[in-house]
Amino acid sequence: MDQGFFLLFATVSVITALTMVLVRNPVHSALALMACFLQVSAIFVLLEAPLLAVIQIFVYVGAIMVLFLFVIMMIDVREAVLQRFLPGGNLPALVLLALLGVEMLVLVLWSDRFSVTEPVAMGGGDDVRELSTALFADYLLPFETASVILLAALVGAIMLARKEQG
Amino acid sequence: MVPLWWYIVLGVVLFVIGAAGVLLRRNILVVLMSLELLLNSVNINFIAFGRYHADFRGQIFAIFVIAITAAEVAVALGILVALVRNKSTIKVDDMTVMKG
Repeated sequence: MDQGFFLLFATVSVITALTMVLVRNPVHSALALMACFLQVSAIFVLLEAPLLAVIQIFVYVGAIMVLFLFVIMMIDVREAVLQRFLPGGNLPALVLLALLGVEMLVLVLWSDRFSVTEPVAMGGGDDVRELSTALFADYLLPFETASVILLAALVGAIMLARKEQG
Repeated sequence: MVPLWWYIVLGVVLFVIGAAGVLLRRNILVVLMSLELLLNSVNINFIAFGRYHADFRGQIFAIFVIAITAAEVAVALGILVALVRNKSTIKVDDMTVMKG
């Protein structure tokens, strides 16, 4: 049951990711990536991380991809749509990618550390409560740093994107 | 149950696809989207390891990765809008302001 769901979500996410890279129109790219992120959030549900699944949908699908779509609509992409994309154009990069993929796959499949099938049982019951306790108690300083970074990014994005006046 | 290495292999496949997008595409919007895909595949690995070792730190690091990604995308798209306003191109090869 679980395996069937995993295979379904994994297949769809890989197909949509390939679509994202190969398709010519950036709008189609953004929509395919959105579908891919939805599959990834379903995989987070399979991994029993419901909070992460919700954050994934809110932040990636809801915020980041909408930002992408707005920027694509602001920018004139007609020239980019016309230009062809040939995957064979860049041979060194292709060789590098093949090496990277083969190396990682061989390392993962070679080792027997990753053959665990049964996850260690969680502490039982309220996972989200324990997660948020760990986040706000042990990891409070990184959390606050992330909030400051987000604020700085907000201010920076506004400064960069506004029109020069006077 | 699903074995752990299935999740890791899915992470590997998505990572390689994202790297292909970064290296092969010349459209800067698609390059940025592929970057998102790279970070997402890393998140899958974090959460899978956290789940299979009953450790919350995987999920916590995934939350931080998502937050930093949001900041990065906001800044990158701001830079992109400013750049397009000046040079009116979205091809990576044409952006040689910093002689990269």
